[in-house]
Amino acid sequence: MTNYTEFLYMHEELGLLAVILLLFVCDLLFCKDSKRGGVYNTALPVILLGILTAFNLLPLSNLPFEALGGMYHHTPMDTIVKSTLNIGTLVTFLMAHKWLARPENLVKQGEFYIVTLFTLLGMYFMISSGHFLMFFIGLELASIPMVALVSFDKYRYESAEAGAKYILLALFSSALLLYGVSLIYAATGSLYFNQIWPDASSSWLLLCGLSLFLAGMGFKISLVPFHLWTADTYEGAPTVVTGYLSVVSKGSAAFVLLVVLAKAFTFGGVKLDWQVALFWVIIASITLANLFAIRQSNLKRFMAYSAISQAGYLVLGIMGGTEPAADGSAQGMTALVFYLLVYLAANMGAFAVINVVEQNSGKLAIKDYNGLYGTNPKLAFLMTLCLFSLAGIPPFAGFFSKFFIFMAAFNAGFKVLVFIALVNTIISLYYYLLIVKAMYISKSDTPVATFKSDGYTRAALAICTAGVLLLGIAGWVYNYLDSIAKVSL
Amino acid sequence: MDYQYTLLILCLPIVSFLILGIGGKWLSHKAAGLIGTLSIGTVAVLSYYTAFHYFAERGADGTFASIVPINFEWLPFYVGNLHFDMGILLDPISVMMLIVISTVSLMVHIYSFGYMHGERGFQRYYAFLSLFTMSMLGLVVATNIFQMYMFWELVGVCSYLLIGFYFTEKPAIAASKKAFIVTRFADLGFLVGILVFGYYTGSFSFDFTENFQYAAGALHGVAPDAAKAIAAGGFILPTALFLMFIGGAGKSAMFPLHIWLPDAMEGPTPVSALIHAATMVVAGVFQVARMFPMWIQYAPETLHYVAWIGAFTAFYAAAVACAQSDIKRVLAFSTISQIAFMMVALGVCTEMTTGHEHVGSVGYMASMFHLFTHAMFKATLFLCAGCIIHAVHSNEMSAMGGMRKYMPVTNWTFLIATLAISGIPPFSGFFSKDEILSASFAYSPVMGWVMTGIAAMTAFYMFRVYYGIFWGTENKQLHEELKAHGHFGEAPLVMTAPLVLLTLFTVFCGWALPGSFGSFVSADGQAYNIHLDPQIAITSVVIACISIGLATWIYIRSSQPVAERLKAAMPHLHEWAYRRFYIDEIYQFVTHRIIFAYISRPIAWFDRHVVDGTLNGLASGANYVGESIRPLQSGRLQQYAYVFLLGVVVLFFIMII
Repeated sequence: MTNYTEFLYMHEELGLLAVILLLFVCDLLFCKDSKRGGVYNTALPVILLGILTAFNLLPLSNLPFEALGGMYHHTPMDTIVKSTLNIGTLVTFLMAHKWLARPENLVKQGEFYIVTLFTLLGMYFMISSGHFLMFFIGLELASIPMVALVSFDKYRYESAEAGAKYILLALFSSALLLYGVSLIYAATGSLYFNQIWPDASSSWLLLCGLSLFLAGMGFKISLVPFHLWTADTYEGAPTVVTGYLSVVSKGSAAFVLLVVLAKAFTFGGVKLDWQVALFWVIIASITLANLFAIRQSNLKRFMAYSAISQAGYLVLGIMGGTEPAADGSAQGMTALVFYLLVYLAANMGAFAVINVVEQNSGKLAIKDYNGLYGTNPKLAFLMTLCLFSLAGIPPFAGFFSKFFIFMAAFNAGFKVLVFIALVNTIISLYYYLLIVKAMYISKSDTPVATFKSDGYTRAALAICTAGVLLLGIAGWVYNYLDSIAKVSL
Repeated sequence: MDYQYTLLILCLPIVSFLILGIGGKWLSHKAAGLIGTLSIGTVAVLSYYTAFHYFAERGADGTFASIVPINFEWLPFYVGNLHFDMGILLDPISVMMLIVISTVSLMVHIYSFGYMHGERGFQRYYAFLSLFTMSMLGLVVATNIFQMYMFWELVGVCSYLLIGFYFTEKPAIAASKKAFIVTRFADLGFLVGILVFGYYTGSFSFDFTENFQYAAGALHGVAPDAAKAIAAGGFILPTALFLMFIGGAGKSAMFPLHIWLPDAMEGPTPVSALIHAATMVVAGVFQVARMFPMWIQYAPETLHYVAWIGAFTAFYAAAVACAQSDIKRVLAFSTISQIAFMMVALGVCTEMTTGHEHVGSVGYMASMFHLFTHAMFKATLFLCAGCIIHAVHSNEMSAMGGMRKYMPVTNWTFLIATLAISGIPPFSGFFSKDEILSASFAYSPVMGWVMTGIAAMTAFYMFRVYYGIFWGTENKQLHEELKAHGHFGEAPLVMTAPLVLLTLFTVFCGWALPGSFGSFVSADGQAYNIHLDPQIAITSVVIACISIGLATWIYIRSSQPVAERLKAAMPHLHEWAYRRFYIDEIYQFVTHRIIFAYISRPIAWFDRHVVDGTLNGLASGANYVGESIRPLQSGRLQQYAYVFLLGVVVLFFIMII
């Protein structure tokens, strides 16, 4: 007899599924006729997602548990991360309003929400998986619909190209990852995370599988050298989707990597092995992405490299985050989740500005932003706040998140790594300030014309600005995350 | 009696500061001035009300209780049980200071209507005055050293802002910077002193009863009684207190940190009266008086050093004042000298004994008394000087002379204040100076005679400046020109009324207070009846009269052969004194030739070439590498996959090694 009540443990996933189905029905009922799209447009998915988040968060259970024979492994921190992703998706939806309200998109707006939420569902499964197959299903569920999103403007050449590049490389990396998983199975005889105990620790077979696995995750997080798709895809994809890719997709993958490494690969010497691998990956990601970012002229490509470099900082949290520290604090995981939260606010804010400027003027090059302060001072100011936060300038939240990440890695003993990351922070300051300089100082003959942004974008910007300004100052957020992380590891 | 309302005394000026600071642009001059004056007027009424009630209630043991109507913990320190509090402390000296500050501030507010009439930035001026008043009031009612330090810095900022009020004029900018840097530099000592003190006594509070116990036991880890002896003979508390005194010396312009005060005269004259004569500059004296129980208990020897520093400063400033020609400079040096008198009075205290007619600690009362009287007559002098400068548009005595004919009210008020500062009865300065002199004689005859001599110098240079302005050689040419423009003569009522009011204080508060000053403020709280020591009183009056006679003989006539001859006989001495004994030049030499040349410049070179060079190199290197790795991002999918695979292989080898 199967105990079906076990399914209720997965109420977060089931809730999201219910939202998706509800949206399906609404799409059928209300959105046949593009002219009456107003009922459904944006408000409904945002409200449903908000309710779901509140429903997940409010009775936050404080104990990790397993369901379905260990396939599903849930910790309190999972709920936090899922809710963070929800907020990211919610902001994406708010941003997307203006873009979806275009005539060519109006008819497919329902698809956008549903497909996006399916990728989110995939990430949910990834996060709470206790088994490699469960994990892989989640991964694919998160990747394949993403292709549809990337090529959502399918009649636009760049969008189609970006989609093609993304799906080919995503399949390539998935295949390698699956191969890696099979090698891990061969080495250990199990696919349950908590049962991976090889006879001889860090045998070469296991390491081979692990390197393939890391490469597959590196692709999702867009770490060097698995990042080459990033710039092309980010540039071609609709700006809203780029924002979603750079924050929600990337953030979830980083957290999943931490969770899987923590659950499955902390035995024997294998921890040292992947730490060495990640060490070089982080250095390469942060440094190379910075070097590329300096030279970009397209803002979305620029943000792509910025996102790669930020991914490096995110993964820095993994280095010391898989086990509780000697004093019982879970600095690494806390720092990573906090970084994700702050990065979400800052990056989404920046993308909201980029998107609203693009929707109103069609401009995307950095030099198009010359003189933006003269015509749209408020937007320029918000963009500056977000960029300052991304660069890690106090008192914005980005400073604190970087500080915590560095502190965690430093306490875990990676002093050289922290030093290199610090030097790179200085370089990143340079290119973030280039944008600020363009907006405030550089003069332009044809600046972006003054426009009034729509209410949804304003709401998105308000959420992001609040995050950028308040997360760093409100010290209890970090402490709360820390208390959750302690019971989750 | 409930003193909760004293919070208003601090809040009203800050409200008017905010209104004037934010909304000043939209206010007319008149409205701005009225808002500022009304709020300070209310503060003055409240202060007098507070003082009236406070001094009406004497405790059972004959002392006035220390009342803390408001106190809350602002920030915990996480070390021991240290914490920063904010609150209001009412005790005799803080209530006395409330009276001084609110009175002088109100007078200056009224006076400024006339003096600043039509100036640009009138609203800004009143906003800063309000902010200053709030800060100064906060300083005196502080419940702990840290709060005091905070407001201490705030008054420093206000002083900076008001000295540089005419910020388009170079000397004003230079003077404001000088004042800020010198006092800030000294405040470093104050801060270090506070931290050392807090660390070793476990408390910042001005309620020292617990301090004594903590300093005794917990800090030395030995039995309390033995520890008390160590602490008394040890060097930690004296060092901490002396460091704090350095901060006070900066604010109160003790030698050699006095150099900013004469330059501070670049600010508007009413500001000089309020900040640089009556209130802020005595903050150092007030600070020593606040910490007096600790000084007298743990660092009596160090306190005597303070006395000698004060005595030297008093002498030095009096000597310089004899040779200055700018009337505001004379008054500035006279201020330095008089504040030094107060320091001396505190420094000559030897012990706090109760019931023995205050043997040894008369100085404390004398110092506070002199602070009170000096605030009134020095403010009068400065405001008179303001009237005169307003009339002749110059600070130099050469532009004046014979002004008594044109400005009778100013003449009489200035004369009375000058008599007071010279120590002539029955004006207030006589009583307070006499107490200082008797305290000095009680400490040591040498100190007594030194101070008597300086008091004589005071009388001399004050009458020199009085005759220089109101008698002496008249600059007829300039006065005729000014008359032709029609703005020459007595200042308007709004300026003369404060003069007269302040003069009333000078005339009466020496002898007409109910009881006497000593019955309100004294070292141990017990009433002390001021009584004149005939020997000292007569000596000092006689000497002062001789000095005045000398000054009259030299300076009253329109031609001054004696002064010329003296100048010619001692050219170097006069030049030296006129140049303030080259102290400023020594500072210039030390800062420019030594500190800048041997420390700052090498550091600047290092910063420019090594630090900047490294970062520039980093930037250009990054640019170069960025350019050269571009082919990696070719857009070709097969290459991406190839790099991907290569990455996997590299990862594998990294891990297996």
